[in-house]
Amino acid sequence: MNTFESAIGYSWFILTGAVATVELTLLSCLLALILAMLAGIALTSDQIAVRAVTRIYVEIFRGTSVFVQLFAAYFVLPFVGVSLSPLQSGVLALGLNGGAYGAEVVRAALNAVGRDQREATIALNLTRWQALWWVILPQAVVFMLPSFGNLAIELMKGTAVASLITVSELTFQAQVVRGQTGDTAMPFLLILVIYLLIASALISFVRWLERRFGRGIVSANT
Amino acid sequence: MGLHVASRAPDCQPIIEFRNVEKSYGSLKVLEQLSFSVKAGEHLALIGPSGSGKTTILRILMTLESVTAGDVIVNGVCLNHEQRGGKQVPSSEAHLRRMRGAFGMVFQHFNLFPHKTALQNVALAPVLTGSLSKAAAKERALQMLENVGLADKAHEYPSRLSGGQKQRVAIARALALQPKILLLDEITSALDPELVEEVLNVITNLRNETDMTMLLVTHEMGFAKDFSDRVLFFERGKIVEEGPPSEIFLSPHHERTKSFLRKIIAAGHRL
Ligand SMILES: Nc1ncnc2c1ncn2[C@@H]1O[C@H](COP(=O)(O)OP(=O)(O)O)[C@@H](O)[C@H]1O
Ligand SMILES: [Mg+2]
Repeated sequence: MNTFESAIGYSWFILTGAVATVELTLLSCLLALILAMLAGIALTSDQIAVRAVTRIYVEIFRGTSVFVQLFAAYFVLPFVGVSLSPLQSGVLALGLNGGAYGAEVVRAALNAVGRDQREATIALNLTRWQALWWVILPQAVVFMLPSFGNLAIELMKGTAVASLITVSELTFQAQVVRGQTGDTAMPFLLILVIYLLIASALISFVRWLERRFGRGIVSANT
Repeated sequence: MGLHVASRAPDCQPIIEFRNVEKSYGSLKVLEQLSFSVKAGEHLALIGPSGSGKTTILRILMTLESVTAGDVIVNGVCLNHEQRGGKQVPSSEAHLRRMRGAFGMVFQHFNLFPHKTALQNVALAPVLTGSLSKAAAKERALQMLENVGLADKAHEYPSRLSGGQKQRVAIARALALQPKILLLDEITSALDPELVEEVLNVITNLRNETDMTMLLVTHEMGFAKDFSDRVLFFERGKIVEEGPPSEIFLSPHHERTKSFLRKIIAAGHRL
């Protein structure tokens, strides 16, 4: 009947929101990952100025709400001549926020790699960057991945706030359907399932990375 | 003949010289006014009670520690200072990297890279320094592993090797950059007794078949006796007695040396 057909139509409409949600998630995860790596490495620098500047970034973006950061990116940046699309604003705010949390994870993981490993790189006359890239980071990544997985899920859940600046992602689409049909249960049950699916895809990906990087480090006793 | 003598002349100079070296951690003096030198090609054993500063000496040479005072000269060049603008300044990272090239070090706890196979552990530094092509470096690394009897373990991760095998990989890794001076810090003391011999055999081969200068810190007195040309006995950061192994081990002059050797033998070590 008519309601059945419209239900299909609305569901499809909501599903199109998944594209924006996935896009927001992947792009902001990518930005967050790059920022977390750079900031995390900078936090272990022996240059005090480098550490100080990075510390300020981390504390600002951890200490303020992601709502405020999102609104600043969308509504305030235009005043300084930077106009971003809603999607770009979302990626920027979520990426900067996730990067600040990730930086602490990276710093802790780098410090968790033993001193003996650093000393071995010195004895082999590697440069600091060679040591970081070939010896320290590959081992630190194993410590980072579980936390990164959690951060990625947090970030994915956080994409819903982008609905507030009219990005037509899942939550936004569900609100639209709810406004037009008055039905709350169906749209929100549907996006709940989709969020869960995206989350489990993310988790599987991180698990795969953990196995990939854990070779030789995590004992293969399974 | 004259030419030949001239080309050998540098060998007569010490390859390593400690001049009044002091090392302190806070108020703890670890090395005191320490002076000694090592000739090129010499096999030196450093013995003494735990905490006497033996490891610190090797770590200073490997540039893992700085000195508090005094100078360390390697191949006629100061390790802890460099000349810049006519002045002596503390060594820059670049100067330290130049100096490090002379050394290889094997650690008590192997310090292998767990995420790399035996072959990758050995090949990493030669590949990164770019002195050899990747293929040539791999080939040489395999040769190194073969020299320590581990060609068949080339593709194993360290976690799958025994302690003795790990230490042999670590020796191959330290040799891959062809150092002039090899530093060996209690390389068998983390091993189960039955695995000690396979590692010491590798060192004996190196001693007999290369002209590397070797500094060995050990509690294996029997091995030190066969290995060394000269023995330094340390206590509290000072050399108490030094001499050829026959003298130090069989007829030591100093009471401290005698009682140290008695204790070591009582603890079950062979002489
Ligand atoms: N990083 C450090 N900080 C403080 N004290 C240290 C440090 N490293 C070594 N020491 C101290 O220096 C002394 C000499 O140590 P070491 O050279 O390792 O002796 P050995 O190898 O002869 O046993 C010891 O008393 C040790 O506790
Ligand atoms: Mg020691």
